[in-house]
Order: sequence, then structure tokens, then C-alpha cells
Amino acid sequence: MAIYLDHAATTPLRAEVLEAMLPFLTEHYGNPSSIHGPGRRARQALDESREAVAGLIGAKPREIIFTSGATENDNLALAGMAWAASARGRHLVTTAVEHRAVLQTCAMLERHGFEVTYLPVDRYGQVDPTAVADAIGSHTTLVAIGYANNEVGTIQPIAAIGAICRAAGVTFYTDATQAAAWLPLDVDALQVDALGLAAHKVEGPKGVGALFVRQGTNLIPQHQGGSQERQRRAGTENVAGIVGLAEALRLARGDPEAMAAEVQRQRGLGERIRTRLAAIPDGEMTGALPVRLPNNVSWAFGGLEGGDLVTALDLEGVAASTGSACTSGSTEPSHVLTAMGVNADRIRGSLRLTMGRTTQLEDVETAAELVAVCVERVRGASSEIAPAGIPTPAGA
Amino acid sequence: MARIVAAMSGGVDSSVAAALLAGEAAAGGDEVVGVWMRTHPDRGERWEPRRGCCSTEAADDARRVAQQLGIPFYILNVEQEFGEQVIDAFADAYLAGTTPNPCQACNEHIKFDLLARRAVGAYGAQAVATGHYARIDQRDGRWRLLRAADRTKDQTYFLWNLDQRRLAATRFPLGEMTKTEVRALAAEQGLTTAATPESQEICFVPAGDYRALLAERRAYEGEPGAIVNESGERVGTHAGFAHYTVGQRRGLGLTAEVPHYVREIRPESNEVVVGTRDDLAMRGFVADARQFVAGDPPAERFEAEVRIRHRAEDVPCEVTLVGTDRMVVETAEPVWAPAPGQSAVLYRGEECLGGGRIART
Repeated sequence: MAIYLDHAATTPLRAEVLEAMLPFLTEHYGNPSSIHGPGRRARQALDESREAVAGLIGAKPREIIFTSGATENDNLALAGMAWAASARGRHLVTTAVEHRAVLQTCAMLERHGFEVTYLPVDRYGQVDPTAVADAIGSHTTLVAIGYANNEVGTIQPIAAIGAICRAAGVTFYTDATQAAAWLPLDVDALQVDALGLAAHKVEGPKGVGALFVRQGTNLIPQHQGGSQERQRRAGTENVAGIVGLAEALRLARGDPEAMAAEVQRQRGLGERIRTRLAAIPDGEMTGALPVRLPNNVSWAFGGLEGGDLVTALDLEGVAASTGSACTSGSTEPSHVLTAMGVNADRIRGSLRLTMGRTTQLEDVETAAELVAVCVERVRGASSEIAPAGIPTPAGA
Repeated sequence: MARIVAAMSGGVDSSVAAALLAGEAAAGGDEVVGVWMRTHPDRGERWEPRRGCCSTEAADDARRVAQQLGIPFYILNVEQEFGEQVIDAFADAYLAGTTPNPCQACNEHIKFDLLARRAVGAYGAQAVATGHYARIDQRDGRWRLLRAADRTKDQTYFLWNLDQRRLAATRFPLGEMTKTEVRALAAEQGLTTAATPESQEICFVPAGDYRALLAERRAYEGEPGAIVNESGERVGTHAGFAHYTVGQRRGLGLTAEVPHYVREIRPESNEVVVGTRDDLAMRGFVADARQFVAGDPPAERFEAEVRIRHRAEDVPCEVTLVGTDRMVVETAEPVWAPAPGQSAVLYRGEECLGGGRIART
């Protein structure tokens, strides 16, 4: 059984969540838009889920749009809000370390004549709120900055940026996908106008998410063809998925004390791994402490390919990542580590370990030890001297 | 338990090689890991009329086969190394007036060196297996490289660089099989790649036209120059010496009564020398970069058979070692158009002794 340390890519579906979903994959199959009984039953589940999700983030139910997940959230929020405000201005502000779903939507908007400012970050991956203030001009309509980075786990000063945006009268969107299980999400305290969540990062199902859009914030829908989600997201609702999303968020966030205790436990697990990794030569922690997701450990090693390390770990029974599930297989250097100024050799050797609720202390101890073993083995074979590492198999 | 990396191209041969190893693994043999190498950037969404082993479709096929076999599958990006050691070397060979041998270079530098080293590190494996048609055995404490049982498919011409250390870490599961048997086995196991067509062209040269590649990698556009005959008379004009290879007949635009072929390329003077078919028949040549599978040559002077291109006949010859890395190969009967840059591979019966690279003289 593999030790799964890639919870930032996705998490296992929690048993209670599956149980909550099952009736909507079996007996309650109705379409929420139908007039009849089966339809009304589905509609009730949808309404209750919307209330539950809204309640967990301090929003009103009508401010929640159910979507297919984080990538759709980023597309819908950025393009939808940028176009809606385009008569007032066509300038957006974001950072150099956003998820590709944000950056590529920005690139698409640039092709349509929008101007985008990509703010730099410091060596820990943090953006300076005063830089946000300075970047906002008279034509700026939208600021989009992710709550916590998916590769290095660095947390951005969202409330401070929110206050700046509010004072300037600019809409502020934050992708809170990675933050959902760990950080405060009260949309008023954070002073955000839009916030995105995905179920599968909090032990919910894949393919479903929620986008909070504050009442009064205009949004042009990106799907046409139906009046669902108050005409902001056409398409028959993924009822079972939405029920699962609400249940997963409730289980993760419903009890603040339990959530705080789990955050503490995660910090302890992270510390345990970091202590072991720090003893490996030619490597460094990437990202910040303590302003990072409690379940994220990210590292950059010199003298190896991150892909080789992740492969070696996989074959040893540890599921890890080089940094982002969405960029694996390519050798494009991480734009996040590049923006943070990590040295080029070490960017190639990035490793991300992300824990979850079911991760145990012995898991991280075993995994950290295997990282040390695999780093040494992979480095030996990456050397330019050929091919001393090839042994002669006996009697083959 | 030992582990073997199966290099999977997405073609039928490497699929069946992996399947045979997976079958052995299921019976208690070495564990198998499938690896597909990305050798150059995929061209995105553009629909490609011809598929090569580097297309995304090939990666998809290799992955499907690995899934069918129940083995782990990884993609290894070797774009940088392949770019330098195979593609750039290919371009440089033309610019030096020689004929490149990219499949041999890929075997030497990528499959049996880079992959072999990565296999040890990333995959914790002891050997690399490929779908080549060739055999390996051991005699008197040494590894030997032998021709495939299916002589029509034998690929030792591209493998003569394998030395003792590399052979020790190499497996050729198809060595005893015929192509027909391989296809039948693929069909029997229902492998996705059972009907994949044979790849013939060079995987990184779309439609076989390498001129665009010379322009792209080495800014070589081609400058017109003289086509001369044996006596030095100008008989035509060519489009740039690097667009020609020794033995080439097409594209010369000559109007002579008998067909003429490229006999020699002179990059220094941008000249292409042509001759008649008989002019290109040689009784020997010099080769450099000599290497022997056993490590040592059989003798300072020895008899063998030589093959000078993949599909050519073997010709009896006498080999004399000269200096540190050269050898003179004298053939018992004429060989036609030995092309500088191509491999001259030496055999004795079914055993591949090693070889060298035909030198410009």
C-alpha cells in the first residue's frame, strides 16, 4: 500500500462523503429543474448544499455558483468579471506565481486587448500588498491572487490585499482551492468579492467546485444554454457531486476546534519531514515558514531531475510530486520557483510532499527516509560519467 | 528481486518485448517498468498525417499497452540530450560532408547510455530491454552480440557500439522471434499496438526532408555549387553540398547518358563529385572510431564479413588495425558506395564483432 503524499493534487474521497452522495447517484436521480417529485427532491439537495457551502464561508446562498472545479472557477471568475467590467476598464492585476488556469485565462484576455500586470514575489513566494496598491490604476477592474500556492504552499496576505482593493473600488478574486481544508475562509473578513473552491482537495469528489461571487459583482457567464445557477452557469447540475462538495466542506470545516487541531497536527508532520530533508546535502526548502499551508513540504535539490526522484519514490511506494500535477511530463521549469529566484539547477530538482487527514506520523517518517535514499541513488545515476552505475547481473 | 526497464516506443516490437517480460515477471521473474522517452517537443494540437515514435499518439499507445500488461509506466523527457547527441549530430554530419546514422547514435547515447543510467537511478533497475531484433549470449566469460534469429529483421547494424558493460545491462526479448510471430503475439494478447505500421523514416525528420532541419538547427540554407566529374570537369550545379549523400542519384539534374551518382562530397569547396555506377564500386575503405563488442579486437589483422549499410549484403573482408582508432577494411569483392559517416559493422557468422565509422579519404 503506497504512502500517499500528494494531497495537493487530489485527496481520497472520504467515506462519509461517498455515503452522502450515493442516494443521488441511485434513487434520487431527478433533474433539479424539473417540476415533478424526483426533480423537487434533487432541487432540495441542491438548495441545502448551497446553504451549507454559503454558511461555511460567511456568504449568502445566492452568492454561490456550483461549477466543475478550480479551473472553471478561474476561467469563469476572471473572464466573466473582466468582460462584465470592460466598459469601465481593461486592466487586471495578478501575480507571477498563479496557477496556470489563472495565467492562461489572463493570456487569453490579453489577446482580446486587456492589459495584465503580473506582480513579482519575494524569495518566499509572497506578494507585497503595497505593490498591489501601486499596480492599481484608473482602468483596473480586477485583482486575482490565489490564497495559497499549489506548489510551495505560501499563503498570500489576502485580507490586506482585500482591504486595498475595496478602498480602490476594484473587484478582488481569490482562488482558495488549496486553502480550503486549512485556512479561514470568511469572505467578509477576507474582504474578497469572489472566491473559488474545489471538492476534491478536501476529500470530496472530482469534477465539482463552488465559486462565491459577492452580490452586486457582475459576471458574464461563460457557458450558454440554460438558466441554472441564476443564469451564471448553464448546464444540468452535478447533484451528487454538489452534495459531496457540501458534505466534504462541512466535515473539514464544520468544527473549528477540530480543524485547528488538525492544522496543528499537520504542522508537526511537516516539521518531522523538514528536519530529515534538511540533512540531505545540496537542497533547500522552498516557500515560507510559518505562512504556508500546514500540509505542504516543498524542497529543491541540486544535481538531479525532480521527475526521476518522483519516479524512484513511486517505485518505493511513496506517491509524491515535482510540484504541480498539471505540469508533470514537461521539462518546463516551474514558473513559481523561477519567480521566487530559486537557482536553475535546483528548480529542476523540485519535490512536493503534501499530507492529508489520513497521513500518519510513521508514513512521513518512512517517506522522509526514502526521499534521502532516492536522492542519493538518483544523483549517482544523473552524473555525467557513463555508465559506472550499471552492474553486471550474476549469471544473466 | 531485480527490475528491468522496458523502453516502449508505442510500436508493436517494443510492446511485445514488454509483454514477454511482463509474462516472465508474472511467473516470478524480474519486475518490469515501462518507460516512453520524449525525444523532441510534440507539436501540440496540429494533426500529423504521419506518426512517428515521438508523437503524442505513440505515448498514448505505449501507456495503453503498459496498462494492459499491468506494469508501471513513466514518461522520461530526454529532449535536451536527444537534441544534442542525435539531432544536432545528424545536422553536423551533413555539414561535414558525411551521412549521419541517427538510429545508431540514439542507441549509443540515449537508449543504452542515458536510459541505462537513469534506469539505475530513477527506476532502481538492473537492465534496459528494447524491442530490437538481436540476441545476446555469453561465452567464455564474455557477452556476445548475435544477429537476430529472423535475419530479415536483424538490427545489429545499429547496435555494434554495445560493449561488455552495456550488454550486461541489456535485454532483447525479441531476439529469437520472427516479425510474424511478434505480430501474432500482439494480436493474441489484444495489445493496442498490434496493428501499428512499421516505422521506416527517421523519427525527427517529418516526411524524410532533412533540409528544413539543417536550416533550423544550423542555419544552413544551402549555397549553389559545382557538380564535377572524376576529371574535375563541371557537369552541373547543386543546391548546397549538405543536401546530398554519397550514393544518391536523384536530384542531381544531370543529363548524362548513363546514370550518375554522388561519389564524394567536398564541404571545403562546396563541390559534389559524381561518377557512374562502376566508379562507386570500391575494394575497401578506412573506418575510424573502431570498437569491439568483446573489448579487444580479434587480432591486429583478421578476416571477417562487413556490412556498410543496413540493407546491404555482407561481404568477406580483411581488417587491419591502424593507429589507435582506425582500421583498413579490404573487401574480397567490390562494395558499392561506402558512405563516410555510415557504420561499417563486422561479423563472423552470426556474431557481431563490432565496427567503426566509415571515414572520408
